[in-house]
Amino acid sequence: MAQSFNTSVPIYLQLCERIKNKIIRGEIGMGERLPSVRDTAIDSSVNPNTVQRTYRELEESGIVEKKRGQGTFVTEDPAILQKMREELKISHINLFVSEMREMGYSDKEMLAGLKDYLVTKEEKE
Amino acid sequence: MIQLEGVVKRYLTKKALDGISLQIEPGHIVGLIGSNGSGKSTTLKLIAGLLQPTHGTVLVDGEVSNRRICRKVAYLSELDAYYSFFTVAQTVDFYARTFSDFNREKAEEMLDFMKLDRNQKVKHLSKGNRGRLKIVVTLAREVPFILMDEPLSGLDPMVRSSIIKGLISFIDLEKQTVILTTHELQEIEPLLDTVVLIKNGVILEQKSVEDIRCNENLSLVDWMVEKYEQ
Repeated sequence: MAQSFNTSVPIYLQLCERIKNKIIRGEIGMGERLPSVRDTAIDSSVNPNTVQRTYRELEESGIVEKKRGQGTFVTEDPAILQKMREELKISHINLFVSEMREMGYSDKEMLAGLKDYLVTKEEKE
Repeated sequence: MIQLEGVVKRYLTKKALDGISLQIEPGHIVGLIGSNGSGKSTTLKLIAGLLQPTHGTVLVDGEVSNRRICRKVAYLSELDAYYSFFTVAQTVDFYARTFSDFNREKAEEMLDFMKLDRNQKVKHLSKGNRGRLKIVVTLAREVPFILMDEPLSGLDPMVRSSIIKGLISFIDLEKQTVILTTHELQEIEPLLDTVVLIKNGVILEQKSVEDIRCNENLSLVDWMVEKYEQ
């Protein structure tokens, strides 16, 4: 996880995104323990206080649970994870659509383009 | 907590600090940033008790800072300050005898982490390994305040990254506070809680680094350049 950070976006949010992505990809499973604050800090070369804030943020949104004396664990509630997956999808679509619109593409062109892209990709595979 | 109140420092006729007031809360990693000659090193030396202010007060945990404050403060100089005829192991021994708060185990662990050869003479070490050794003997002290003057300057990226990782691994922010000066902002910025920006002996601003990213959408480097040009 030694990728560098975008220096103009708060690091605690970027770390949040990275951990969420790992959970969605299944690299960290439901009910599994997250690395300790210190290990995450060392791993990504960031301030432990920042990691603490990331964990707090994830905890507040219910994605992880802190168990006293044991560490931080990914929730076992599938509804929360499903919701997180959905949110992530929407935010990526949002980004795509707003960037395409900025460049002047119509909704129709976007849809057609996306379909085309997926079909050709499927044929290649 | 560290408190500076209306501190002025003059070297003969040259004013290095022109009335700075500053408060540093415990449990943070603080970066002192600014151009060369802006007063960063002078500020650190005043906190370490190595210099006395011309006017104003410097308090460390409520105590006026003087030479004896080294009980509470570990100071890493930007210069090479050890005996070149010592081996790495002897240097560690020397520090262990000098400071009663020196944690031997931690030092040994760090020597392994930094991959330093204990039998090598200090004068035969590369500059990078001398930099690593300095970090080892500074961080092995269990003191509430750790001051580092340019811990990364002039070192290659591998050494810099091992020093940064060493810092995170061996510092206990529940008990310790770190203040460091640096120009390597890009590398150090994920590590900092707060920055203090100094220009010509005056503090321009003290700010949380995440706030700078959050409220101004700027990286630390861009922020510093912007503030300096105003």
